[in-house]
Amino acid sequence: MTTVDAAPPAPSARRRSALRRRQRRGAALFALFAFPNLALIAVFAYWPVLANLYLSLTSWDFIAPEPIFVGLANYTRLLTSAMFLDVMATTLTWVVVVVGVSLVLGVALAALFSMKVPGTTVVTGIVFTPHVVSGAAIAAVWLFIFDPNYGLARVAFDLVGMSSPAWTTDAEWALPALLVVSIWKGVGFVSIVYLAGMQGLPSEVLEAARIDGANRWRTFTRVVLPLLSPTTFFLVITQTIGAFQAFDVIAIMTGGGPAGATTTLSWLIYDQAFARSNVGYSAAAGTVMFVILMVITVLQFRFVEKKVHY
Amino acid sequence: MTAATIPPAHLQDPDGTQGPQPAPRRSRGVRALRRHWWGFLLLVAAALVFVIPLYLLVTTAFKTNSEIYVWPPKLLPTELTWDNLRTAWQLAPFDAFIANSVVVTVVGSIGKVLLAVFTAYAFAFLPFPGKKILFLVMLGALMVPGHVTLLVNYITIGNMGLINTYAGLILPGVGSAFGTFLLRQHFMSLPKEVFEAAEVDGAGHLRKLVSMVLPMSVPAVATVALVAVIDEWNSFVWPLIITNSVNMRTLPVGLMYLKANDGMTSWGVLMSGTLIVVLPMLLVFLLAQRYIVTGLTGAAAGSGR
Repeated sequence: MTTVDAAPPAPSARRRSALRRRQRRGAALFALFAFPNLALIAVFAYWPVLANLYLSLTSWDFIAPEPIFVGLANYTRLLTSAMFLDVMATTLTWVVVVVGVSLVLGVALAALFSMKVPGTTVVTGIVFTPHVVSGAAIAAVWLFIFDPNYGLARVAFDLVGMSSPAWTTDAEWALPALLVVSIWKGVGFVSIVYLAGMQGLPSEVLEAARIDGANRWRTFTRVVLPLLSPTTFFLVITQTIGAFQAFDVIAIMTGGGPAGATTTLSWLIYDQAFARSNVGYSAAAGTVMFVILMVITVLQFRFVEKKVHY
Repeated sequence: MTAATIPPAHLQDPDGTQGPQPAPRRSRGVRALRRHWWGFLLLVAAALVFVIPLYLLVTTAFKTNSEIYVWPPKLLPTELTWDNLRTAWQLAPFDAFIANSVVVTVVGSIGKVLLAVFTAYAFAFLPFPGKKILFLVMLGALMVPGHVTLLVNYITIGNMGLINTYAGLILPGVGSAFGTFLLRQHFMSLPKEVFEAAEVDGAGHLRKLVSMVLPMSVPAVATVALVAVIDEWNSFVWPLIITNSVNMRTLPVGLMYLKANDGMTSWGVLMSGTLIVVLPMLLVFLLAQRYIVTGLTGAAAGSGR
């Protein structure tokens, strides 16, 4: 009898405790599944930001037992040195030229691809290829192309009856050489992203523009480009973040030289820490990069929320 | 004008009774070509800009020095030689470079995919207090620029005693925020009914993951895996920092070593070494272009992390 009396409430209580047990077991499993990855992210992505900030306030050479606290000394040294201003100017040139030219050429290529001339599929694959190939390898090939005596770039100078500059060992030509390589590596990717954007445009709008008598060029500049502004914005942000961190092309082709002509912020961070053991100084330069890129990223979120459409 | 008003060939012949398929298709291609001949020329020009450096790489790797060091350049080599490759091998331990790159790429990618799959499953299907906030915190890692983490990660790996080891090469890159994000979004889009039926059956989570979720997610997992392989293989600055003996270098860093040892004086040797770095990824790209393009254009937001 007692069992029958107790029967009605029992299942719900049992079910509730079973639910709770299952919940607890689920949480334990969650921890087992997710925590190794989350721990790695915490240690190798978040911790470096904090520790870098601390290191930027110290003086250290990797060898001394402890970093010595020096306050803002690294920052004052950084911001008052002419060398750092040069580095920032080089970095800015790099970012503006690479991003600007890649986007202009990229959107032109995408427009070409969207005409669907026979062979387009093959060529889209070809222009994307440099994006999956090692930047170091690409830099090595272009080092040969820029050889003043036997490199292919000499052809252009022969045509106008000039002798080729020594590109990577000439302080005036080294940076342009690296910019060419960087653009060559990235433009195919930009074009494919633009192409995807163009294929997603509402065909009625393009049709309407044609019916209104707009020619190809006007349709492109007045309708297609404004409609692509979210894609442009996405590309400006991601390409800028990438350009700030460009490294392997510099490492293989110039090593930041000649005479610092190709030393960007990313090369400075590496060079100061790992070639000169100026840990604090490198960390301060790292913080500068972090702050710049954070501002850009935050801008991205601000604008994406408003859905840019000029 | 006239071309636009004539319906395309396949619409004129809906039954396909007017002849075999290839003929109308070819005529359509020819017509498009005639209309857009200048577009076709531009397309060829664009392709050449990207093909010529590749052609130069492949041919120079097998040219003799007498055909590399001539002006004007010889486009077609008259004799091929393995000497450059042999010299590259003598100047730098390419056996070790290849072995290191393969180990780092295979272990690193498998690790990354496993971590991403399990984490994504947890975020998609398992309960945890504050799960949503945790997910956002994980995504926040995508905003941290990799270059800024180098110095501290070097110190961390140093404190772990892992400098110049495979573990040190692999560990910092194996955590996955972007892959997890991609897979979690995919897992959430899977039809719930199938899983509900399985839960009645009392299927455990591991079984649910292995026998239901993963088979339904092959393209998404393949995308994450391929992006990981490309990232690991091409990785340059981290292997450069964290290894300090020649025998622990990976291929891209080995290229720098080869260049320092000889490259500047012999382009054939440097190009043959470069070819070894490039070829595997070219093959991977050729075989899986579709996954890679979607994956990488998406990964742009997450810079591969």
